[in-house]
Amino acid sequence: MAEPFLIGDAMTGGYGGADILHSCTIAVDKGEIAVIVGPNGAGKSTAMKAVFGMLKLREGQVRLAGEDITALSPQARVAKGMGFVPQTSNIFPSMSVEENLEMGAFIRADDISETMEQIYELFPILRDKRRQAAGELSGGQRQQVAVGRALMTKPTVLMLDEPTAGVSPIVMDELFDRIIEIARTGISILMVEQNARQALNIADKGYVLVQGENRYTDTGAALLADPDVRKSFLGG
Amino acid sequence: MSLTARDLGLFAGMFAVLAMVAMFQSPQLAVTILNMSLISAIMALGVNMQWGYAGLFNVGVMGFTAVGGLAVVLISQPPVPEAWAAGGLGILLGLMLGAATILAAVLVYKRMAPSKLRGLAIFAVLVVGWFVTSQVFAPAKQAVQAVNPASEGFLGGAGLPVILAWPVGAVFAAGVAWLVGKVSLGLRADYLAIATLGISEIVIAVLKHERWLARGVNNVTGIDRPVPRPVDLQPQPWVQSLADTLGWSLSQTASVVSGLGYAALFTLVLALLIWLAERALNSPWGRMMRAIRDNEVSARAMGKDVTRRHLMIFVLGSAVCGLAGAMMVSMDGQLTPGSYEPLRFTFLIWVMVIVGGSGNNWGSVLGAFVIWFLWVQVEPAGRWFMDLVTSGMSDTSDLRQHLLASAAYMRLLTMGVALLLMLRFAPRGLIPER
Amino acid sequence: MEPLNALVSVSNFMLVPALAYGSQLALGALGITLIFSILRFAHFAHGDTMAIGTAAVIGGTVFLQARGVSIDPLPTALLAVPFGILVLAAYLLATDRLVYRYYRRVKAKPMIFVMASLGVMFVTNGITRLFMGTGESRFEDGQRFIFTVREFREFTGLAEGLALRTSQALTIIVALIAMVVLFWFLNRTRAGKSMRAYSDNEDLALLSGINPERVVTITWVITAILLVLAGTLYGLDKGFRPFNYFQLLLPMFAAAILGGLGSPLGAIVGAYVVAFAEMGITFAWRRVLSYLAPEGMEPSTMMQLLPVDYKFAVTFAILVIVLLFRPTGIFKGKVI
Repeated sequence: MAEPFLIGDAMTGGYGGADILHSCTIAVDKGEIAVIVGPNGAGKSTAMKAVFGMLKLREGQVRLAGEDITALSPQARVAKGMGFVPQTSNIFPSMSVEENLEMGAFIRADDISETMEQIYELFPILRDKRRQAAGELSGGQRQQVAVGRALMTKPTVLMLDEPTAGVSPIVMDELFDRIIEIARTGISILMVEQNARQALNIADKGYVLVQGENRYTDTGAALLADPDVRKSFLGG
Repeated sequence: MSLTARDLGLFAGMFAVLAMVAMFQSPQLAVTILNMSLISAIMALGVNMQWGYAGLFNVGVMGFTAVGGLAVVLISQPPVPEAWAAGGLGILLGLMLGAATILAAVLVYKRMAPSKLRGLAIFAVLVVGWFVTSQVFAPAKQAVQAVNPASEGFLGGAGLPVILAWPVGAVFAAGVAWLVGKVSLGLRADYLAIATLGISEIVIAVLKHERWLARGVNNVTGIDRPVPRPVDLQPQPWVQSLADTLGWSLSQTASVVSGLGYAALFTLVLALLIWLAERALNSPWGRMMRAIRDNEVSARAMGKDVTRRHLMIFVLGSAVCGLAGAMMVSMDGQLTPGSYEPLRFTFLIWVMVIVGGSGNNWGSVLGAFVIWFLWVQVEPAGRWFMDLVTSGMSDTSDLRQHLLASAAYMRLLTMGVALLLMLRFAPRGLIPER
Repeated sequence: MEPLNALVSVSNFMLVPALAYGSQLALGALGITLIFSILRFAHFAHGDTMAIGTAAVIGGTVFLQARGVSIDPLPTALLAVPFGILVLAAYLLATDRLVYRYYRRVKAKPMIFVMASLGVMFVTNGITRLFMGTGESRFEDGQRFIFTVREFREFTGLAEGLALRTSQALTIIVALIAMVVLFWFLNRTRAGKSMRAYSDNEDLALLSGINPERVVTITWVITAILLVLAGTLYGLDKGFRPFNYFQLLLPMFAAAILGGLGSPLGAIVGAYVVAFAEMGITFAWRRVLSYLAPEGMEPSTMMQLLPVDYKFAVTFAILVIVLLFRPTGIFKGKVI
């Protein structure tokens, strides 16, 4: 099997104290959607943060397009083409939608108007609200701002930490549709999700983590079909 | 929490330095430094209760000490009957009217539903109240201040023994602290800082300008002392024989003896306070205070009323500052509102607490001694240093004259540098918290 | 009833001075609010920092005057302002490198920063006094008045006069320009937006590649500009005394809190509210009211709500009211 585009390989580590991740492997290929699911406290977000460099690994490696980036800071990873949408505080609330997008593109020196246009096409509502302060928008719209901001660097990988937390089911469906659209443009998507069933529905690849270890790894459809996974993690 | 050998060593070193001052400079200077150090130690103790136990940032120490000082005048000065006759009742009535106005405004606020009308009603109450109050108060104030203005012009005090003023000073400061704390505790920590900074400026403004109260900038002098004055000691035979034994002049002996009398009193108060503070700190109450300081969120989650605890310790700490302020005025024998300066009475105390070791009562005491010693000695040292640096210049050189004249400000610089260095390299202070 | 005379009188003795004072406060309060939103602590050395910057301007002014440089009718001090800004920016950046940066790196609690700023305040105060002493320095030169009371009276024929001092007009104009430029900078430039982003959400700003040290540096430089302008204008208007500058700390903080800490617009509005309240409450209204009152009903007292010595009490009362009823300030500050 060829090396995936982005891989966190056999990652072991934690926030200083005891290890949270135990030889956990997460990978995603170009244009694919990979979803990390699992019970509370399974280390889902931690695994994602490890891939993004927000946590020091004791063992294991993170490679992007074959290059070892384990030692890089999150900021340096952004420059390498990784985009990250944190779960909370993921926008600049007092700044307008447009300024949020501009700040997303802060490290770019070239013309950003084209990228901004693409984002407005992806999320048309943001175009209407572009002069409004992002903090005044609804929950779903804010998540769109957050995703849009991360896309402004034209990343090759987009990482989303529970993008649908706290939004209504309708908004969730719409967000997932947008995420599929983003993946179709060739961007790899890696996301952590609480709503496991819906997320696995759109996933090319699914990782079920339990206590910082890989429990099941397969395509999204296969995991949904697996009776063990259904029973233990999807509520029957 | 007892003192380690190292701590005792630090204290011993400090006293050795003071002894050297007595030997090489003058015994009077050593006693003066000792007394001011003791008073500063009490102030630092009060600040340490607030900051070290509870993490409260009080930058109004000056105000609380000044209020304590006012108590000395109000308690120990003899009343001025002419002034009372001229306008005493008017002033009392005016004060009561003022209080009634504020009370009425608070009542309106509490009783009426929130609306524009309520705002207007409060405004009306305040305006009417203010006019009525000033109609009564202003003429009475004028009358009182006109009574023998060269030496009196104020209502005087209660004519009680001066020592009583110390606890009363503490109560006064506690009252002011309660008001400030009620308003600003429970909000962001910086707000208490700014509120206390403000109230201390106001206290000083009131002391300076309300001449009927304590003569304002005209100062009240010749206040009763709890210890015999040097002039009264000089004729005493035992003082004279002591002077002969020591080979000192009579006046020097008398002033040293008088100063040591104060030192004994102050030490007594300081010892009592430390004993109480240490007991409190190691009681369940003290442990709870420190738990709150270290993690306010979880203390709140455990159902502790953090704001109330903070108010309590804030009032207690300020009362200690008030006590120290009263002691200082009764040592000086005068209340001089013009001499209260925030750098000296607020921020210097803070330097003492940080340098000594916040959270440790003994640390505050040591910090007070060290910093006060430096405060007194840096100025002559600065002058000596400037003299040395500029010795190559001619005596008439402007630069030399300017630098020599500016040596006084070296102490501010030194204190700032000391604070910054301690904060950076030994943030736990000379005697760290245990 | 002579409303016109009343208006002129109140303008001369209260409105114009309050407008000038408010503009000076606004520049200072803007600095406080910027430092608060970027460095996240209450900058207690603000007043003394303003003093040392002004001292540099005075030094420059004396130097220029000695060489006969003059831009009469404007005060020579204006020429020295760039020099003052340079000195103060260097001073602030040096204190940042020597003091605050360490605490940023160890992520110290805000109170530790405040404490450190107390230390800086002491040092700054000491340095200022070393150079300037404690007395008052006046450095106003050029033409004192744009028009005097007498000229105004002759021109309008009114009984009351209105004077406009050069320093007052200068204050209002310069403050206005400074505010417009600041808002342009914050809202239109990349650097300004990155400051707002950093103030809004530090972590996300880091993720977006905004360099915090750069943002901090820009903040100190802007603070230096604002403080030198504020200090110079205040000094031209009322003379320079280190202690007075220290005391400006309270009204500046009151203005920033009243407007909502972290909100630049709030700082400006707050500053004018504080200035007008201070002046209005300590102003003797007798003369003005005597023009407005019907014949025979002229007030007999000074009609002064509080003696001038209590202007701090007014500031403090405003502060207390804000803390009690709306701790986030007029324009919802970001704290509390």
